[in-house]
Amino acid sequence: MTISPLLIVEDLRVAFASRDGGSVEAVRGVSFTLGRERLGIVGESGSGKSQTGRAILGLSAPESRVSAKRLEFSGIDLLTCPPQQRRALRGGRMAMVLQDPKFSLNPVMTLGAQIVETLRAHRRVSSKEATARALAALESVRIDDPARVFKLYPHEVSGGMGQRAMIAMMLIAEPDLLIADEPTSALDVTVQLQVLSILDALVQERGMGLILVSHDLRLVSSFCDRILVMYAGRVVEELAAGGLAHAQHPYTRGLMACLPQLGASTHPLATLERQPAWAL
Amino acid sequence: MNSNSNPALGLDVRQLRVVYDGFTAVADTSFCVLPGESFGIVGESGSGKSTVLRAICGLAPKAAGTVQLVGGDGSAVSAAQPAPGSQAFSRRVQMVFQDPYASLHPRQTVDRLLAEPLAIHGIADAETRIERALDEVGLGQGFRFRYPHQLSGGQRQRIAIARALILEPQILLLDEPTSALDASVQAEVLNLLEDLRQRRHLTFIMVSHDLAVVTHLCERLLVMQRGQSVELLAAADLAARRVSQPYTLSLMQAASGFRR
Repeated sequence: MTISPLLIVEDLRVAFASRDGGSVEAVRGVSFTLGRERLGIVGESGSGKSQTGRAILGLSAPESRVSAKRLEFSGIDLLTCPPQQRRALRGGRMAMVLQDPKFSLNPVMTLGAQIVETLRAHRRVSSKEATARALAALESVRIDDPARVFKLYPHEVSGGMGQRAMIAMMLIAEPDLLIADEPTSALDVTVQLQVLSILDALVQERGMGLILVSHDLRLVSSFCDRILVMYAGRVVEELAAGGLAHAQHPYTRGLMACLPQLGASTHPLATLERQPAWAL
Repeated sequence: MNSNSNPALGLDVRQLRVVYDGFTAVADTSFCVLPGESFGIVGESGSGKSTVLRAICGLAPKAAGTVQLVGGDGSAVSAAQPAPGSQAFSRRVQMVFQDPYASLHPRQTVDRLLAEPLAIHGIADAETRIERALDEVGLGQGFRFRYPHQLSGGQRQRIAIARALILEPQILLLDEPTSALDASVQAEVLNLLEDLRQRRHLTFIMVSHDLAVVTHLCERLLVMQRGQSVELLAAADLAARRVSQPYTLSLMQAASGFRR
């Protein structure tokens, strides 16, 4: 734990222009601070969880309007800093792992070349050293034969392997903050846990801050130190690890109830009655 | 209603083998689904679970083995066995696919999507059947002339279910019907499927990677790994953790969340 938090978000809003000339707010006043910990952001599609992650990194769509009272990353004001500085931060000190390795890796570059490119964009290293570090990074995400995977193209590897390569790429510049947007949803349950344990080790060994964005309440609650539950662009509830059973908000409780559980027979399953008041 | 005029059917799959260019996707898998039963197939990607479904309805080439419709006592139906993929077969066996964003024609209205199977099978009362199908999946007539892009994921999957049911089949093949949906929508679709099964005496074969979903909907299940069947067990045994194979156990552990 550091004295000052790594990331301060206060009243973050992301708005998109709608067709009738008005605007729709996808994120409506999200506030949180992040230390060197694992924070989970959970919500269903359309809750604004991914847009929150993207706004922090400065990857919101060009037509969106991002505003906040405060958006600070280790003392740097992200709202007013020049685009050049923002670009240097992105991939260097803060990085993002995206959902589907099939769509977010460059299909015409080998995995190795992509990792080397990321490193050399942020650190002044010789190409020989960059290659060596890329191989080491692939090894650190538990790829058995890094030299072989280094030369492969994204379409030649499985989803789990592609996701590991992406994590290697995002971590090679040794960021202080990693935002993982549904890093495991495209993967099998058994591979999911492997990828999570890689992330977990990196948080513990390197003292990195991690924001895990996911729709999977159960997975996030077993992994993160703290969970924010989002609904309709707002944080409706904040929970401590393992505090899922003590959730107060009817949305969180409804979300838990509608999951079928091994060993518990609930026929029919509870469905979620959405209250308009939750979205206010 | 035809639900009572057609007796429930089951399915007997014996020594099924599917080979693609020398790669064996499914190796000698056998199982028997009794009429009215709900049967699950679980496994990770590449285990061949979806390929089994595709081979049953004739979408994947069968290298060896037989797929037979069976009657009440588990014996093959006496009438001529329709070949998988033939019209007579698809009249009885219909499939719902995984991704409702990819399985509906983007430029056809719901009305046309639902009319197509009726036209192929030369069924006359399209009007009433479409209306009834929409009501049955809980959407109503307001959705009839919409395009898929005007529907949410859950609504699309309901349309896909309506399209499968409009021919009044006795067997429904479900390939990960809820894995592309949010948890709350998944609960609604699972409830719908269960309700339809009871009302129409349907036989389900459902493929999923989610053990909790399969044990919720199915009575018996088959665990597959790398094209081989690993274990055949009752859902109640799985729920009570009475499993014998280490692979099944590792799937169960993975489903219970992350452990440090």
